[in-house]
Amino acid sequence: MSLLTLSGLTARYGASQALFGVDLEVGAGEVVALMGRNGMGKTTTVKSICRMIPSEGRLAFDGRDLHALPSHRAARLGIGLVPEGRRCFADLTVAENLLAAARPGAWDMDAVTAFLPRLGERRHQRAASLSGGEQQMLAIGRALMTNPRLLILDEATEGLAPIIRQEIWSVIGRLKRETGMAILLIDKSLRELRQVSDRAVILVRGKTVWSGAMDTLTADVSERHVGV
Amino acid sequence: MIPERLLNALILAGLLAVPLWALAADEPFTITLATRVVILALAAVGLNIALGIGGLVSLGHAAFFGIGGYAMGILAHHAQTYTALDLGLFTVSGTKSMPVIWLVATLASMLAALLIGLLSLRTSGVYFIMITLAFGQMFYYFAIGWAEYGGEDGLSIYLRNSFPGLNTLVPIHFFGLCFAVLCLALFLHARLAASPFGLALNAARQVPGRAEAVGLDPKRLKLLAFVVSGAITGLAGALFADLNRFVSPTMFSWHFSGEIMVLVILGGTARVMGPVAGAALYVALEHWLGGLTDYWIIFLGAILLLIVLFARGGIVGMLSGRRQAGD
Repeated sequence: MSLLTLSGLTARYGASQALFGVDLEVGAGEVVALMGRNGMGKTTTVKSICRMIPSEGRLAFDGRDLHALPSHRAARLGIGLVPEGRRCFADLTVAENLLAAARPGAWDMDAVTAFLPRLGERRHQRAASLSGGEQQMLAIGRALMTNPRLLILDEATEGLAPIIRQEIWSVIGRLKRETGMAILLIDKSLRELRQVSDRAVILVRGKTVWSGAMDTLTADVSERHVGV
Repeated sequence: MIPERLLNALILAGLLAVPLWALAADEPFTITLATRVVILALAAVGLNIALGIGGLVSLGHAAFFGIGGYAMGILAHHAQTYTALDLGLFTVSGTKSMPVIWLVATLASMLAALLIGLLSLRTSGVYFIMITLAFGQMFYYFAIGWAEYGGEDGLSIYLRNSFPGLNTLVPIHFFGLCFAVLCLALFLHARLAASPFGLALNAARQVPGRAEAVGLDPKRLKLLAFVVSGAITGLAGALFADLNRFVSPTMFSWHFSGEIMVLVILGGTARVMGPVAGAALYVALEHWLGGLTDYWIIFLGAILLLIVLFARGGIVGMLSGRRQAGD
């Protein structure tokens, strides 16, 4: 049984409909890439999963209907979000950011700072004073502190220097290899997505148009729907 | 610039030194002034937990202050008139024992804070300010109409209540007692702010949506903070009533809610020692400038304006030169 199941999911912002039927599954330990051009509903899908906007259709995590839950309860079920634009708690230090999110489990302060040593070095620094890459690491560390079973990374490498991007990708790769955590990835870089993802789902205008194993995604299909 | 820890120690030491000096110089009134600083600071420490850490701009904290005051007034009134307090199902006798009064004051204000918080926290921003203000005023008018306990005239208590082992009528004894309670509240604030609860509350204040995405429930965190906050302000109300040996509806008035908010902002919002610095400055100005002119509050206004414009961290932030969350 898959961990996360979306089927025929629709969502709207006020009067304008944004999702018209998203089908998506993430199995335990699976890395799935959610792809599509800008404005096709990737982030809206993530917001629906995290219960930040109302939606309709089937939306289940570990067999439970997420629609019945408020945002913080969905997070406690084990959905960890690394949001677009990082959004750390700017006025708190690195350690405080991590502690604020802590939930019981294997990922505690020691485990997270061992996995992301940079955070240990910057422990007492305010989040606002970190570089973009460090803030991204902090956002990942903060999500890990909630001990998620599914980690969602929304544009985790956006706006970062190439060398920092490589670092983030290597962190994602290590998460996959070392923890077997299920990961839902949104990113623009097809090459890296191909390397790390097991499967891909492509959205066009708020609807799933293609899904399958990553190695069956042909250049032709990705060219047509994603533009790369 | 003074490191904040040292500054905090200096403020506390100063607050302790003034009445000790007054004791040696035989100036009991100064001890009473210092006690007033301590109690107002305690009320503001309560507000600081809601306002500073939780970002809850409550203009209704006078409600808790008044509830604490009336808890003391009612219990002591029944004790001094040897009448029973009829609670409907059963009756109890009044008491002059401070520990019992404190317990009742704290529990009653916690309960009130829970109910007010449950309703008020459905709103935010300006609406939260208005609804807390409305609750405060509701208590104010209720107290005015409560003829059984003096109505508008309030209640006088002839003798200060008692505390085991101390003679509370001796100013320095009563000061010491209040000072000890204040130190406990300050310790609680410091521990709370650094605890996972405090950090989560701080996070929820900064970016509520993000806090929810990591599994925190902002509403619950804020409600808990509001209850703790109300309890401390309520306890301060009981002490304040004992200081004056008098309770009246003015304890409930929104002026007082504004006053303790001014204390917090003057001293430094979310700073542990902010309320103490604010209360000390406030009482000092009230005493000295109030002796020179009836319009002393204008000067207080000017100082408040300068602090808000140029020193976001209040007196403590200015002197320690350290920025922190909530500035």
